[in-house]
Amino acid sequence: MAHLSEAAVAQITEICERYAGERTPLMMILSDIQKEYGYIPLDVQELVSEKTGVSVADIYGVVTFYSFFSLKPKGKYVIGVCLGTACYVKGAQQVIDKFSEILGIAPGETTEDGMFTIDALRCIGACGIAPAVSINGKVYPKVEVKAIPGIVEELRAQGGANA
Amino acid sequence: MAKINIKIEGYPYQVEAGLTILEAARACGYEIPSLCAYNHGECNRGSCRVCLVEATGARGLVASCVYPVSEGMEITISSPKATAARRASVELLLSNHSMKCQQCDKNEKCELLHVAKLTGAREDMFLGSQTETTLDEVTPAIVRDTSKCVLCGRCVARCANAHGEGVLAFQNRGFKTIIGPAENRTFDKSPCIMCGQCITVCPTGALMEKNDIAKVDAAFAAGKYVVVQTAPAVRAALGEEFGMKIGTAVTGKMVAALRRLGFKKVFDTNYAADLTIMEEATELLGRIKNGGKLPMITSCSPGWVNYAELRYGDLLGHLSSCKSPHEMMGAILKHYWAEKQGIDPKDLFVVSVMPCSSKKNEAERDQLVTRGLKDVDAVLTTRELGRLIKRSGINFVKLPDEEFDYDLVGEYTGAGVIFGVTGGVMEAALRTAAYVLTGKEHEGVKFEEVRGFDGIKEASFDLAGMTVNVAVAHGMKNAKVLLDDIRAGKSKYHFIEIMGCPGGCINGGGQPYVRECFLPNEDLDIVDTYKAKRAAALYSEDERQTVRQSHNNPQIKALYDEFLGEPNSHLAHELLHTGYAARECFPEK
Repeated sequence: MAHLSEAAVAQITEICERYAGERTPLMMILSDIQKEYGYIPLDVQELVSEKTGVSVADIYGVVTFYSFFSLKPKGKYVIGVCLGTACYVKGAQQVIDKFSEILGIAPGETTEDGMFTIDALRCIGACGIAPAVSINGKVYPKVEVKAIPGIVEELRAQGGANA
Repeated sequence: MAKINIKIEGYPYQVEAGLTILEAARACGYEIPSLCAYNHGECNRGSCRVCLVEATGARGLVASCVYPVSEGMEITISSPKATAARRASVELLLSNHSMKCQQCDKNEKCELLHVAKLTGAREDMFLGSQTETTLDEVTPAIVRDTSKCVLCGRCVARCANAHGEGVLAFQNRGFKTIIGPAENRTFDKSPCIMCGQCITVCPTGALMEKNDIAKVDAAFAAGKYVVVQTAPAVRAALGEEFGMKIGTAVTGKMVAALRRLGFKKVFDTNYAADLTIMEEATELLGRIKNGGKLPMITSCSPGWVNYAELRYGDLLGHLSSCKSPHEMMGAILKHYWAEKQGIDPKDLFVVSVMPCSSKKNEAERDQLVTRGLKDVDAVLTTRELGRLIKRSGINFVKLPDEEFDYDLVGEYTGAGVIFGVTGGVMEAALRTAAYVLTGKEHEGVKFEEVRGFDGIKEASFDLAGMTVNVAVAHGMKNAKVLLDDIRAGKSKYHFIEIMGCPGGCINGGGQPYVRECFLPNEDLDIVDTYKAKRAAALYSEDERQTVRQSHNNPQIKALYDEFLGEPNSHLAHELLHTGYAARECFPEK
């Protein structure tokens, strides 16, 4: 836990205390931390273990079971490509492959500059506009492979501008 | 309990309501092939699907280990449908399993192999991809090979049940699921205490002690003077490796076997247990008299020492500085006995046979090197000794009884024998402390208050006007209660005994596996009674000893007179005491 800042320790402690009265508070604590920091590294799991009495091994098991939780920081832009049945039929695999090719990372990974993460999503309920891509909550409908370089360029320009 | 009527294979039976089908069938004399049999739910219940049967009123086949019996239920074990389903379940397990059975040290006691034989499962029925595997052979104590893991979760449950916060857990999801420490770390980079309780429950060879037989072979090959010592708990269980009833003490045959394996001398670690008591009781009385750190806590169990270093680094001053008995034995053999025998201590190779996996780890500690020599050179578990004896073609059951070597060192008392069971170290220390404080032996010798398998035992004794408060805990879950009190400044005790394993060394991580499926001649409740049976073997050996207090061991007296001076002397400290250091639970990888 040596690497956590005092502010982080205080905030995570506060998150743990938020759910002190709950019978099984772990999921709620982890989701708040995920939302706050974007990831849940081992140092943080150790702190949560100390506060809740749940073993680090169990916490690590929960974090690696649910794809919503992440062990590593995600990029500034999280590109979620829906691979649900409808999107898949409409060519989502080619879409995700194109993102991978341009960014040089596999699904689940983050670019070295911390700008992009590619996530493979299960059905996001937008089958009418398949194949769908969701980037930081903004949904791109009927994404065509040839449009992808443009999307990436646009994000890069935005990201660079407010970096 | 209310009785209900069921039928199994068409025959009517009356059984207790509330039982699972597996339990009810067992009570009626049927063994449904299963991977769990009776482990009190210490597994990922119902998930392996090996014990499928047909039952009226149920939809499809049911897992008998979790499905309860009900009035009028008709259970079919041997229908073609149920038989084929059980076989397919095992075949699916085998499809993601390393099939190197011949070279697996577990093959004689492998429950997966056992159910594969029972069900007629074919190992090549389902071929396809296999989960990426981890082989952790880093520590001197425990090997984890996930290619043999069937994800039953027994180790996860046992680790947590014994120690509170478990070290093992399921991680990842679906086909990538494995069991291991957080981040799939090696055990040395996790808060594992190496107790080996996980090994004792693993149905396959996924968790095993590190096999050190080759180290011993190499010492013989190099022409070393190889001697061996055995811990008290080994004699109470070694016979089980050869089909003898649980609770049979095999002291004499064990010694005979060790001689036939070529060990030059066969010593009893109990001698050093007596020595430990002299040092530890003196240390305790010194702390009480001089206002030293109290409570003092025993330090014989390396699993417990690991736990203290990992989780209670601030309390290490409470641990007795005494080395554990087999390490004391090693130091005395190399730095006293060897000289008397005219043997160069560098040529002396000390092997310890222990009921423990953590002792392997302990023997490698930097703090247990004396005058440049490791106190103990190799540690074998009770199970490894069993394998070594079988490999050498020795018919253990037919061996005559032989005596330990009592060659300057080796003689022991009843106090040393009971070290192998929870409360034993405490009782042995009390026998000697009572004598030191009151000047006479404790009436009736025994201290019954600290015996038995309660998680935490406590007692107060009035010794020569002084009240001594003691407590005994086994398993870290119980120890934690006492330790948190010390941390909070609320502990009322003078002396605490802590052992890493539930029940103490008799149930150590290196002891023979207790699996009812391989023990057809034992009682049905053997998984509940084996600890008491092994303990009884030690207590009855204590009863048979004419000398039952460590301070009355004539060789120990002579050792102090001729060599060490007195307990806790300068020389005793150099050879027999050690130190501890706090460690991080998850150090940088």
